[in-house]
Amino acid sequence: MGALNFAGRALKNLFSAPATIKYPFEPRVYPEGTRGHVENDMDQCILCGLCQMRCPTKAITVDKGSQTWSIRPFSCIQCRCCVDNCPKKSLSMGLKYQEPGSVKVTKTFELSDKQKELLAAQQKAAAERAAAAKAAAAAKAAGGNAAAKPEAK
Amino acid sequence: MSNRSVVPFGPQHPVLPEPIHLDLVLEDEVVVDAIPSIGFVHRGLEKLVEVKDFNEMAYVAERICGICSYGHGFGYCDAVEHIMNIEIPPRAQYLRTILFEMSRLHSHMLWFGLLADGFGFESLFMDAWRIREKLLDMLEEATGGRVIFSINKIGGMRRDIPKEMLKSFRQRLEDLTEDLKVTVRTLLEDPAVKSRLSGVGVLTADEVETLGAAGPFLRGSGIRRDSRKLGYLAYDDIDFDIITHNDGDTYARTYVRAMEILQSVDIIKQAIEKTPAGEVDVPVKGFPNGEYMTRIEQPRGEACYYVKANGKKFLERMRVRTPTFANIPALTASLRGSELADIPILILAIDPCISCTER
Ligand code: SF4
Ligand code: SF4
Repeated sequence: MGALNFAGRALKNLFSAPATIKYPFEPRVYPEGTRGHVENDMDQCILCGLCQMRCPTKAITVDKGSQTWSIRPFSCIQCRCCVDNCPKKSLSMGLKYQEPGSVKVTKTFELSDKQKELLAAQQKAAAERAAAAKAAAAAKAAGGNAAAKPEAK
Repeated sequence: MSNRSVVPFGPQHPVLPEPIHLDLVLEDEVVVDAIPSIGFVHRGLEKLVEVKDFNEMAYVAERICGICSYGHGFGYCDAVEHIMNIEIPPRAQYLRTILFEMSRLHSHMLWFGLLADGFGFESLFMDAWRIREKLLDMLEEATGGRVIFSINKIGGMRRDIPKEMLKSFRQRLEDLTEDLKVTVRTLLEDPAVKSRLSGVGVLTADEVETLGAAGPFLRGSGIRRDSRKLGYLAYDDIDFDIITHNDGDTYARTYVRAMEILQSVDIIKQAIEKTPAGEVDVPVKGFPNGEYMTRIEQPRGEACYYVKANGKKFLERMRVRTPTFANIPALTASLRGSELADIPILILAIDPCISCTER
């Protein structure tokens, strides 16, 4: 019985279209939510470094000095941890699978000008705040503790 | 007495998807002894608990093997959740059950194809894998990955599966059932296949039990033992029977696995029906402290996950006992006394997973 059943199917297979898609002539349609590769929107990123901290394979490097964000795609295991932990939602998971290659590349992205300005402004504000706080603390120390620690400044 | 000769089998051999080496001691065409050696794909994953924190370890656990990856991820998370006394929400329990059965289904279909290929039934092999591809598509939609699902985390699921998707899965499985039945029936009823598998590598119930076999290998010799009946996840609420066969030969093992394919479809449908609404994860605070051993039924048999933690970010020890490792002694016993030509079939019938074995 089984054999006869299967003969029917085998015959059908001979005359029907293939079950596979004719890649690359026909595009592969990825389902929504496929973990393909990591993308970073450099207009959003604030170089906080959380993604670097949370990446289990240490594939991400955040360099605050040169204001770049880089990823080593061949180390990335597409776990989506970085995307879930990004406070600015600047990271996202692209649908297309990571492309193969013969050399292990590092992809580096520079912060957009807009973000650079924003960060610079924030840094300046933070520095001013810190200086103000320091001055206030020093003034307080000088006033309250002057006798005990005159050299505290 | 005729001369003895030793034929090396593997680690590279057409029927072996993964490397294992067997020294087959032959007298003429009959195997009198088989000496296995493993260690070709050892990666030392268990040792990684010392450098990966316990949350990240879930991704390592999943990568023990590419076929039973779902179970490994789940087993590890389950053990840690028990240590931390985390009760995961009912919806997550059901979704985990559904995905576990889906992964059993795709694993069994893979084995199905390999076995068919092993005895030269190429069109059946292609057919099994055509169906498997549809299952992988479903898994990708639900989890975002085809091989490594990364959907379990400590404390539940990393993403929910929407109601409509579950409904469409139900429908698609319904549509696949007829296809699956024809394929399974072909394997079980085709006279050529039957004569190839029957009476090969017979082990009695006593023998398999003493040798510590697991899963369909065990059930193929008539022992009713299935860890799903321990009642983890949602299996307690699902109506299913343990599939066994009494012959103890390769056909019996094939029968058990093939019937489990149809059973899995049924379990998934039941689970989808009963899935409650609600949350899929709970917040996790603190670090685990204590030890626990989880037993789950992987596609190839019972797997155990032992985790020991000491209240720190890094665990102290993780140990996995995988079904193929447990099956090797019984496999060598079944090889003894069989013909050289039957060796590939005998090995494929236990669905060996060497990556699991060696970790
Ligand atoms: S976590 Fe997000 S915002 Fe922070 S550095 Fe990474 S990509 Fe940028
Ligand atoms: S997806 Fe995972 S492995 Fe890849 S960069 Fe993000 S955190 Fe790292």
